[in-house]
Parts: sequence; structure tokens; C-alpha cells
Amino acid sequence: MAKQYETVIGLEVHVELATKTKIFCSCSTEFGGAPNTHTCPVCTGMPGSLPVLNKQVVEYAAAIALATNCEITKVCKFDRKNYFYPDNPQNYQISQLYLPIARNGFVEIEAGDKKKKVRIHEMHMEEDAGKLIHDEWDDTSLVDYNRSGVPLVEIVSEPDMRSADEVIAYLEKLRMIIQYLGASDCKLQEGSMRADVNLSVREMGSDSFGTRTEMKNLNSFKAIARAIDGERQRQIDLLEEGKPVIQETRRWDDNKESSHAMRSKEDAQDYRYFPEPDLVPIVISDEWIEEIRARQPELRTEKLERYRREFDIPEYDAQIITASKKMADLFEAASAICRKPKKVSNWLMVETLRLLKERGMEPEDLHFSPENLAKLVELTEAGTINSSVAKEVFEKIFDEDIDPDRYVEEKGLKTVNDEGALLETVQRVIAENPQSVADYRSGKEKAIGFLVGQTMKATKGKADPGMVNRMLREMLAS
Amino acid sequence: MEITRLTAVELGKKIQAKEISVREAVEASLDQIGRVETDINSYVTVDREGALKRAEQVQAQIDEGSLAGPLAGVPVAIKDNMCIKGMLTTCSSKMLYNFRPAFTAEAVVNLEKAGAVILGKTNMDEFAMGSTTETSYFGETKNPWDLRHVPGGSSGGSCAAVAAEECFFALGSDTGGSIRQPSSFCGVVGMKPTYGTVSRYGLVAYGSSLDQIGPIAKDVTDCAAVLETIASHDRKDSTSVARSSYRFTDALKDDVKGMRIGIPKDYFGEGLDPEVRDCVLGAAKVLREKGADVEEFDLKLVQYAIPAYYVIASAEASSNLSRFDGVKYGYRTEHYEGLHNMYKKSRSEGFGAEVRRRIMLGSFVLSSGYYDAYYLKALRTKAMIKQAFDQAFERYDVILAPAAPTTAPELGKSLSDPLKMYLGDIYTVSVNLAGLPGITVPAGKDAKGLPIGVQLIGDCFREDQIIRAAYTFERTREYERPQIAKEGK
Repeated sequence: MAKQYETVIGLEVHVELATKTKIFCSCSTEFGGAPNTHTCPVCTGMPGSLPVLNKQVVEYAAAIALATNCEITKVCKFDRKNYFYPDNPQNYQISQLYLPIARNGFVEIEAGDKKKKVRIHEMHMEEDAGKLIHDEWDDTSLVDYNRSGVPLVEIVSEPDMRSADEVIAYLEKLRMIIQYLGASDCKLQEGSMRADVNLSVREMGSDSFGTRTEMKNLNSFKAIARAIDGERQRQIDLLEEGKPVIQETRRWDDNKESSHAMRSKEDAQDYRYFPEPDLVPIVISDEWIEEIRARQPELRTEKLERYRREFDIPEYDAQIITASKKMADLFEAASAICRKPKKVSNWLMVETLRLLKERGMEPEDLHFSPENLAKLVELTEAGTINSSVAKEVFEKIFDEDIDPDRYVEEKGLKTVNDEGALLETVQRVIAENPQSVADYRSGKEKAIGFLVGQTMKATKGKADPGMVNRMLREMLAS
Repeated sequence: MEITRLTAVELGKKIQAKEISVREAVEASLDQIGRVETDINSYVTVDREGALKRAEQVQAQIDEGSLAGPLAGVPVAIKDNMCIKGMLTTCSSKMLYNFRPAFTAEAVVNLEKAGAVILGKTNMDEFAMGSTTETSYFGETKNPWDLRHVPGGSSGGSCAAVAAEECFFALGSDTGGSIRQPSSFCGVVGMKPTYGTVSRYGLVAYGSSLDQIGPIAKDVTDCAAVLETIASHDRKDSTSVARSSYRFTDALKDDVKGMRIGIPKDYFGEGLDPEVRDCVLGAAKVLREKGADVEEFDLKLVQYAIPAYYVIASAEASSNLSRFDGVKYGYRTEHYEGLHNMYKKSRSEGFGAEVRRRIMLGSFVLSSGYYDAYYLKALRTKAMIKQAFDQAFERYDVILAPAAPTTAPELGKSLSDPLKMYLGDIYTVSVNLAGLPGITVPAGKDAKGLPIGVQLIGDCFREDQIIRAAYTFERTREYERPQIAKEGK
């Protein structure tokens, strides 16, 4: 009988914090920007420059630590991690090794119908590196230090996950918590959330761990899932062939759906960590922790509870909407304006989710304003536009955040619900479609749909279809 | 009037009184540089034009009354490891032979605000690593008292420039004695303040947890006045301390009655030149006669200071100097294949032997498997040394000691035996490890006519005590000038 294997997975998750300025200088963290425009002597590591810690970084990190049930290190320190690479301007990264800001936390996940705890080993603060740009044509490499010094936290889990599903559930949970805290937008594609997967396999029932590998370059949940399945199989194949798994760092290629070794443990670098002498220890007092705790925004569980109390929307809708802070914020703000939460919820649950899927976007990418959504709800409720026009307008709001009042006005999309104005069109449709008229009169109910459609087409969709339907029936009955 | 022989504060007064113009002062310094520099080589860069231009600006501000203060218009030299915007800042290394910083060090900014005129940048041991100023890529500096001898180091250029009157005062930096030892060798007054008193922003780091910028001058009054100007609480330096008072000149009092002075017996044993010992003990005797209570005591742990210092300083240096890689600025090797070869060749060719030695030493003590045995142990030793000083300062206001075991050695005699050279730092490194303030004041000369300084060490934030003791002692002596300074009249 074939051996049964268990996959053991631990994650190292890097999250870029949403501070306005960098971790050790006052340069902007804004994404984009011409190369080396968000730089100064500190984040380019010029001789004589010195780092000064951004307090907001500690507050975000502590907020994440509290929300993930970690113990906060009351006196934590930064250390230097020494390695040579041009994206790292001083050839050391300021990070935390000996006294990281938090340890011993956990998050609860649900995978399948199982609930489990994934323990967090530690969380530390560090600076991001710059970006190398290789010019193949010119055979040169250039460095952009705009990202150098952008604050990161690294969250290291215990090897508590056993499947890709659990890994995705853990990442989604972390992402939701951090987004709710406003500490990061956690976009995998843009690299503001990055996960390295440590994976080993062992025979089912064994209580010792197998040799693990570390997988890098995972830019989406799908890539992570594929990489886990691929690496699991690769290791099992090795073991089945009697070959050892080598402890190494591997790079995932999602196009090829395979990985290759980057470096083995033998040539792993000695980072020569030591305490950063340019920074003083950070003392996080109980008062400070309480302040951060008090400022902690409502997290998902609390929000869901409140939705059940305050809003008359289905449980399922509440679950989906609160799963993303962005969606929840939109929902609450639009509902507060138009006072029709159920309608707002419908727009989010149906059209928004459809368009997100169609455009390949995440809820965090939504960029329309709640005001415009609220206006749309009011326009439809007042019958100013019909539902098919509303969908068209919504798509414009979704893509371009247009003002629906003005848009409807400019495009002349108001519903024509003046019988007088419609009468002529309806008469003409009846005159032009004798066959359908005859079909309807001979009892073919479906024919009325065709005539409504023709009338809608003739009014460029502006007519109220209910009214057209009623007028047609009245006129054909006589 | 022989302008160059004035002290900085004396000159500042005459400038305020319009007896001497800023331009005259700057020209006097530049003339002196012109006369003696070929012999002494104190400077890496002399900014003649910049200094003359600045002299006009400062004079205008003085004339319109917007600039008063003791250092307004006084020419100063800056050690070449402090950044000055647009001015060559080499750390006396081939690695930075062409480096012009984009910003100015905070201590220098403070001097500029006070109206001091920068003459140029002084020579030093490469990246401040050395005790002789012989490891400079730009040639060694010679001792103004005897050109066959070294000026000490690493702030040898600054100390020699002050002694030879090529400037009125200078800034140095002190990681393990780099201000106090060359001040002793050159017969000038040099002070290392309490760690955190002067901002390190813009000082090219050697051992970050030990580095402090300090004044080098002809007398204690100048030292106090300069420290008062350069010290500040700087938010750009996280290790900068907000002190309750920066009025160091208030401590210039000719009075040590009742002051408790301790002499660590451990500092006067084997290895100390008898002439130096007698001279330093003579200074103790003078202070006793002036009313201080002087007694000997056991400081302990002295023998551990050198190894702890070299482990910590080299470890930090190995990391601090890793940014010099040929990628962004400074020296890059001409021929290379690929990134790693470029790193290796640029660094091997750009750094001198002593710097390479300390980078290797530092990398070794931080490497995995050795960290606990060396670096961690050194940190514990540092803490114990601090404790020993804390205990001593419960009983004494000032500790009196030599600044170096000998007077200035001859040129070319030190570098061949680095271990022996390191042992020469025995009396100065503890002060850095404990973060204490220390000052060296001229106390006499040996039979060869080379200066001997006495070192006075105070508790953290008690510069006032050592300034008072140094000032009182200084008042009992005449300031002596080397012959070369006089020839330039």
C-alpha cells in the first residue's frame, strides 16, 4: 500500500505598513514616482546619515500584534542584518532578531468546516530594500531607492498548517485583520503583502518533521496554492525514490508551475546580526499599549455582530461585505447617506462582485465613492431611471466614479414615464410588428416581451418597462 | 600683532572689537598653512576660496550686528570624517577620494551658525582607525614638535593643525582616544564629551556606540566655548541626549578646593613610561596643592578594556563600512567581472591594511558560532567597566590618568606591530566604553622635548568637573608653542 504523507507548512509573511513616511526618515512611501525621487541621505545609506524611528511603525506593528493575540515585547530593539546587495544601500538591513516587537500569538482560521488555531511564533519590524532594474540591452543594472526604507512587519507562523486551503485561510485572515486595522492594504500583486512558504512532508502519524524548503516569489493566492501542491508532490517524489529533500530556498515560477533551487543551506549567508547601535531600545509601556488598544478599530467579528443588530440584510450578505474592510466601509458610508442599506447591499453583492470578478480585481481595489453609490440608489428608488439604465450607470461609477445625477442628466437617461410621450412610440411599434401583434392576440404570451423590447429599443432604454408592458396590453386588448 | 598665536576666544573678542577683521584672521591662518603645511601635512583639503568668501559674509553679519558670540569669524579646521556639503570628505581613504556629501554634519552646522569660518578638512588615520595618523591615504601627518615623530591619532591632523597654529581650533572625533591621545602628543587641549552630547549626524561612523565629536584647542577656555557651540540635542541622531544645560563655559573656574580626585593605581603600572608617569603625577600634585583631595584607588578591569574595545569597535566598523562598495559613490575598481568581483576588488583596493584588518576582525567576532564568545562577552565587559566607573564616581569627582603610555613615537615605528599599537590605547578606551567625558591638558615634556598630556575623566554629564579641574591646572602653567609655529611670524 502506498504511504500516506502529511504536509507541514509554516509561513513568513511580509506586510508593508501604510505609514505616510518611511521607517527611518521622512521620505514619502507613496507608490510610483520617478526613480530615486522619494529618497534622502538616510534611505540611500549615505555616510554620516543616521536612522530615526517612525513612531507610527511601532503603533501599527503593536496594533497587529494585539489583534493577533501576541505578547508585546516591552523593551524591543533593532538589529543589523549584514549582507551585500546593491538594493540595500548600506549593505545591512535594519531589522529585529534578538528582541522582536511581538511573540507567541495566534489567529483562528476556518478551512473546510474545521476551525483551528495557527500560532504566530514572532513578529518583527524592518525596512524594505530598493529595487534593481536590469537593462538587458545595455547590460547594466540600475537601482531605484524609492522603496528603500518603506516599513515592513514580518509575521512568522509556527508550522501549524497542513494544506493549501489552510494556508489561504490563514493569509485571508491575516489580511482581513491588517486591513481592518488600516495598517496596510495587503495587496499581493503590488507586493504590499508577500508570503514565503516553508514546507516539509512526513509520513502520516510521524511526530518528527521532515526537511523543509522555503518557497519564494509567490504573488497571488492561486500561485501560493499551486506552489504548495507542486512542492508537496516534488518532496514526496524524492522520498519515494529514496532521495533526500535538501534544505534550500526555492523560487516559484507560476508560468511554468514549477520551482528551482536558489540557494542551499550550505551556502546560506551568515548575516552577522548585532544590535543596531544607531537606535535606542524602544520601550513600550503598558499605558502606550492601552492607548493603542483603545484606538483599535472595530474588527470583523464585532462588525458582523453589529450588522446583525443594525441592518436588515441577509446573514450571507453581511458575511461577504464584512470580509473586506473596503466593502464594509463603502456599505456603511453609502447606507448612512441614502438610508437604504438593503439596496446598497444589493449593489455590492450583485453588480460589484460581478464587476470585480470580470475585471480581475480585489475588493481593496474599489475606488468609487459611497456618495455616488448612494445617489444611484436614490435615483432608482425615485424611479428616475429604470433598472437596466441603473446597471449601466453603476458600471460607470465602478470604473470612473462618475456623479450619477450629472451623468443621467447629460446622457438624457431619465426614464420616460409620461404616457403621452410614450403613446406615439407604442403605437408605432404595434403598427410595425403586425405578426407579433397577431401572435399575442392569438394567445402567445411571449410575443408581448418582444414588443416591450422593441419599444425599449426605440426609446434607447429610457422607458419604464413596466409602464410599456401595461400600455401595450391595454392597447392590444381593445 | 601675531594673530595666529591667539586663542580662539581671544581672537573672537578682537574681531568683535573690530581690532582684527575676519579676513585678516583667515589670511593669517592660510599664510601659516602655506608656510608649514609641506612639513606637517595636517590638511587633506584647504578651502582657500571658500574660507575667504565666508570671511566676507561673516564680517558683514558682524558689522550689521546680527552675529556676536565668541567664535564669530574664527577660522576652524574640521576632521575629514565630518560631512560638509559639497566639500571633499575623504576619511583619509582612497575609498572616498572623490566623495562630496550632500549635507553638512550637525556639529559643523552649529559652528557655521556661530560664524566660525571653515578652512578645510584635516588628515586622520583612515576611517579613524589608528593611533598615529600614518594610515592616511594622503600621507602621514608629522608632529609639529618634532617632525620625525607622529602626531598621534586618529585626529592627528586636527591636533597638529592647532599646535602648528594652522587654525585657531579644530574638531576631532574620539572612538577610543582619537582626540585625547593626539592632543597629548601635540601639546594641545582636546576633549571627548559624554556620549550623546554632540550630534553624530554627519560624522562618518566608525564605532557608532563609541564615536563622539569633540573640540581640540589651545586651551581649556576655547574647548569649553567650542563644546558649548557644537553640543545640541539633535532629533536626527537617536542617541543624542537633551541635556539640562549647555553652558560649559560656566565651569571655567580656577578653584578645585574640596574636589575629590582619584588616581587609578592600575593606570600607573607596567608599560607606562617613567617620564610620562612622573609628569602626570606632578599634575596631580599641583591639583592637590590647589586644594583638591587626591588619592589613589583600584579601578579594576583595566586589562579587559582593550580587548572589549577592539571587539566592539571592529564589529560596528565592519558593518558601518560595508556601505563603501563601489556601487554608489567613491572608489570603484577599473576592471571587474560581475557584481561580486566588483565588490571584492573595489574594497580590497580602496581600503588600506589597517581598515581591512579591522573589518575582518569585526566580521569574525560577529559571525555565527563566535558571536557569544566575542561580541556578547565584550558587551558584558563594557557593562562591567561602566559599573566600575560608576562605583569610582561615588567617591571621586574626577579621575586623573595619563592619556597614553608614552610620548609620540617616531614615524614608521608603530604600524608593523598592530597589537602593541592597540595597547597604546589602554588609558583612553575605557572612557569610550563607559560613555564618559574626558579631557587632555598639556602637563609637561619629556627629555626629547615631546609634549605629555594629563587626562581628566568625569562622570557622565559632568563635563563641568573636568573643565574646572583642567582650567585650574592650566592656570598654573604657561602655554608652550612648538618652534615651527613661531617661525611663521
